[in-house]
Amino acid sequence: MFTIDKLYQPQNIAEAAELLTKYPDITVLGGCGFLKLGNRKIATALDLSLCSLAEISETEQYIELGAMVTLRDVEVNPALNQFFDAVLPKAVAHILGVQFRRCATIGASVYSKYGFSDILPALLALDTEVELLRSGRMPLVDFLAKPISRDVLISVRIIKDSRRAAYQNLRNAGADFPILNAAVSRYEKQWTVIVGARPARAEIAVQASQLLSDMATDSIDIDKVAATAAAELTFGSNNKASADYRRAMCQVLVKRAIGEVLA
Amino acid sequence: MKWVGKSVSKIDGVAIATGKPLYTEDLTVPGTLVVKLLRSPHAFARITAIDTVAAKALTGVECVLTHQDVPQVRYSNAGQSFPEPSPYDRLILDPIVRYVGDEVAIVAAVDEKTALAALDLIKVEYEIFEPVLALSSAIDHPSVVHPETDLHCNFPIGLEQQRNIASSHTVEIGDLAAELALCDVVVEESYKTQAQAQAMMETFRSFTYLDQSGRLVVISSTQIPFHVRRQLARALQIPATRIRVIKPRIGGGFGAKQTGVCEVYPAIVTLKTGKPAKVVYERKETFIASNSRHATEFKVRMGASRDGIIRVVDIVGLSDTGAYGEHAPTVFAVIGDKTMPLYNKTKAIRYQGHAVYTNKLPGGALRGYGATQGTFVQESTVNKLAATLGMDPTELRLKNLIRETETSLYYKGKKLGSSSLHRCIETGKSMIGWDAKFPRIEQGNKVRGVGMAVTMQGSGIANIDTASAEIRLNDDGFYTVLVGSTDMGTGSDTILLQMAADVLAADMDQFIIHAADTDVSPFDPGSYASSTTYVTGMAVKKAAEELRDKILEQAASVLQVPAEQLQLDGEQCIDQASGKTVSVASIAAAAVVGPDHRQLSAYATFGSPVSPPPFVAGFAEVEVDTETGKVTLLDFVAVVDCGTVINPALARVQTEGGIVQGIGMALYEEVQYDKKGNLQSNSFMTYKIPGRGDVGTVRVAFEESYEPTGPFGAKSVGEVVINTPAPAIVAAIYNAVGVQITDLPVTPEKIFLGMQAQKQA
Amino acid sequence: MKLELLINQKNYELEAAPDEMLADALRRLGMLSIRKGCDTSCCGLCTVWVEGNPVLSCTMPAFRAQGKTVTTIEGIQPEAEKFARILAAEGSEQCGFCSPGFIMTVIAMKNELKNPSEQAIQHYLAGNLCRCTGYMGQMRAIKTYLGGEVQ
Repeated sequence: MFTIDKLYQPQNIAEAAELLTKYPDITVLGGCGFLKLGNRKIATALDLSLCSLAEISETEQYIELGAMVTLRDVEVNPALNQFFDAVLPKAVAHILGVQFRRCATIGASVYSKYGFSDILPALLALDTEVELLRSGRMPLVDFLAKPISRDVLISVRIIKDSRRAAYQNLRNAGADFPILNAAVSRYEKQWTVIVGARPARAEIAVQASQLLSDMATDSIDIDKVAATAAAELTFGSNNKASADYRRAMCQVLVKRAIGEVLA
Repeated sequence: MKWVGKSVSKIDGVAIATGKPLYTEDLTVPGTLVVKLLRSPHAFARITAIDTVAAKALTGVECVLTHQDVPQVRYSNAGQSFPEPSPYDRLILDPIVRYVGDEVAIVAAVDEKTALAALDLIKVEYEIFEPVLALSSAIDHPSVVHPETDLHCNFPIGLEQQRNIASSHTVEIGDLAAELALCDVVVEESYKTQAQAQAMMETFRSFTYLDQSGRLVVISSTQIPFHVRRQLARALQIPATRIRVIKPRIGGGFGAKQTGVCEVYPAIVTLKTGKPAKVVYERKETFIASNSRHATEFKVRMGASRDGIIRVVDIVGLSDTGAYGEHAPTVFAVIGDKTMPLYNKTKAIRYQGHAVYTNKLPGGALRGYGATQGTFVQESTVNKLAATLGMDPTELRLKNLIRETETSLYYKGKKLGSSSLHRCIETGKSMIGWDAKFPRIEQGNKVRGVGMAVTMQGSGIANIDTASAEIRLNDDGFYTVLVGSTDMGTGSDTILLQMAADVLAADMDQFIIHAADTDVSPFDPGSYASSTTYVTGMAVKKAAEELRDKILEQAASVLQVPAEQLQLDGEQCIDQASGKTVSVASIAAAAVVGPDHRQLSAYATFGSPVSPPPFVAGFAEVEVDTETGKVTLLDFVAVVDCGTVINPALARVQTEGGIVQGIGMALYEEVQYDKKGNLQSNSFMTYKIPGRGDVGTVRVAFEESYEPTGPFGAKSVGEVVINTPAPAIVAAIYNAVGVQITDLPVTPEKIFLGMQAQKQA
Repeated sequence: MKLELLINQKNYELEAAPDEMLADALRRLGMLSIRKGCDTSCCGLCTVWVEGNPVLSCTMPAFRAQGKTVTTIEGIQPEAEKFARILAAEGSEQCGFCSPGFIMTVIAMKNELKNPSEQAIQHYLAGNLCRCTGYMGQMRAIKTYLGGEVQ
């Protein structure tokens, strides 16, 4: 059972920024699903639900998801279902049930950088940026690479382009965490191959992506790309599967995801 | 009026489904203390010092108890009739802790937050011992899990404390070596089954208070109110007359609540403080600190003639009873008892081994109670034998399985009273489309396979389970049925009324049922061992018959005709000769007014010298992804012989539910410990019970038989239904891709590795 | 902190700690249909509606429901009973402990999805675990409830 001594509910981002300065150790509350698993004793907590961050907005150029947008919002959003072969709704649909997804937020899901995330591979397959209260806007891939702490994720922005994308995952029970997952996208001639839940966090397979991008569309050697991804990424063992099995499955999922994009 | 055989809705169904406050926690009162337990972080240790000063000083804390504050009399939590076969190896709080989660201290406070804060303030020092964690190396391990000198057994169970052997068991009939030598084919395999969790949705919980005469009242989510009363009397060292146990609605049990897991903690708090107290286990506590199915390791040898007659079955192995021996000897015995009689052409059989102590979560009762493990190892071996002989596994079984009126080596001359198992197999084959699908259909990187298994269970425990029932005709002409069985969602209260209503030819709404309250209910061991329909059902039927006869006698004296001439139609007693009638209502009213009258009631007790087995033939169709090893269960067909089906809708859902729990054991429910003995699969996040998308289609059919010793010809259905999925699914996988899984659960990785090994071979 | 909630069309003012979850607050207010089955946001037993949408009340802090409409099964008894009768005819309430959360999700689904396929139903209800029934009878009951329009 976790405890919170003092809760702050700022009315806007500026107030949130002040609180972050005043209380460097403040804990930002997301969907609270994982928070409540621990026995954390939280002195000060920050709730962003009054900061108007629960909207998905769409412009000519991008789709923007406020940090408090729920995974269920993502799943049913018309724009996200219209673009990128609905890769993001398809990825979040695997996460437990509707009532969980109605609690879990996109901000916490991205900021926490979970290894088992279904969302990160899909987001990495897209042209995604995140905006942080202190660190500002940056590509998602940079955010994932940087050790960022004591910041607040405000929004996730996805550039609207004509990208094709696919998400693949291997789970045993349907509501379990993935043993491994993968996403692949193609935007014009640029392919991106991502593998997650290795069990380490989703990562772009740079060589495989390059190799695939360099191949002519009519002579794509999917097996070679898949083998390259399996060779260049690291895989670990945990309760769900061994590293060797994950490496083998990496080839299968990448192959299937590429096939789906080509279909 | 005919109720038996009808799909009557459960009498409590709408109320419980719509959220009415009828469960244990709903019945607590304002001011109830919240009990929390400090649990051992070590798998095996001795408490050398424990400091509760700060915890006791915390505002709102009412009571902190350690091993120094509780009676030091050993008892067993196993819900079994006295004298229990399970060893008395437990204290309420023990200076030695034997697994991670074992109770160290009891805290009661005004609210949950305070109680949890107090737990943090208790300082404990431990002397840590090397834990016994592996089943295979438990016997003669340098660490002795139970070094105490006051461990007690009610009768010999083959316990060898210094060797970590909780119980020993041997059944050997015929000359094993000689018969094996005569067999044309002998197959052999080793198996492991996991410590499956019951995972009922309502965790363990109890609420206690003192009544107007200072007696301890225990409202508990339990399957065994009478056993809990006896356990508490011993553990707390108070007379049983000072204890009343009440079972309200229960949110599932599956055997978990056949062990008195949590009642003693609020009970001792209430005795110490005089205040109402409750304990509500968290899900994690329910996983790590209660009980589970006994994990097992077995080696099976099976010998047969070339034409497929099974001559020898030899099953030898171990079960893991964990830190305490609840249900250890009986579960171990049932593994053989409920499997070996199936194949009755045998000339020699052996079933042998031990239940052993380890420093892990205690074993206990879980639907199937050993038969599940036994079915997995025996049926997997039968399937292997079929493959070795090149025979269709259904044909092999039809040739070898026991039939009605036959006996078996294991039965020592007793005859099987009822069975439609051969019909179950034929029906199942046709439902699954066996002949067209066996063994496999390949479609690119997906291969479909079918597999099957059969199983038996019992109906109550022969010569032990004895239940009583009382039925009263009330002053207003309706009936009260009093029983001590414990409907935990199965619908047993409803089907017992169906039986009573049939006998008394009355409408079901003329009946109320009361269960269970040890102050009021007739004795019943509780709902376990597939006993309620068969044992309690028979008691109800007998009581109803006796009451019917009494009503007719009364009517005979009113109408001045012989009782034999009268017929009861529910509302009226009718004289067949004259057509004259007298109403049951008027007899009921007259019975309670004036001198020389007596309220009509009947009391009956039933126990059976046999435990008639229900049977299931289970068929699985799976699809294996040959690139990943992932198994998708497409279809499961269960054809059930439970004798007469008392309530088809409830029997069907019992079957579907049991099958899905069996599917969980086969495919999803993985039990994982770390090297220090921490159970890591300790939540629904890490221990995956099947969700609705994980189970394909489950289809159920009944092939009725008529059990001569059962009420209306009925046998049990509650447990037998969990046994076939694991062996049937494992066989279907083998038939699809040739990979033999011998340790549960199946995982995609195990199948993938198996297929890789095949490629290399 | 002081909260105002519109629960089952009735206004409630309550004092809640910032770490009190909606499930606990609702039980405290007498909505005893609210049950916790897992502590890890996996089981769906505690499902209620906030602003008409199914959420896990064990996972949502009470303060997030401030000023919002909350519906528990106590607030929709006639409709819940209608479905419960169908469910009970299938025997598929069994122990009943998961039923309130399950029924809240079923009715939310009925409100949200038009003519859902069997697959869509399974997906919508994926967050509601049941250990008793094996789910088949629940599906039969849902199909009856939705009026036989399920493919």
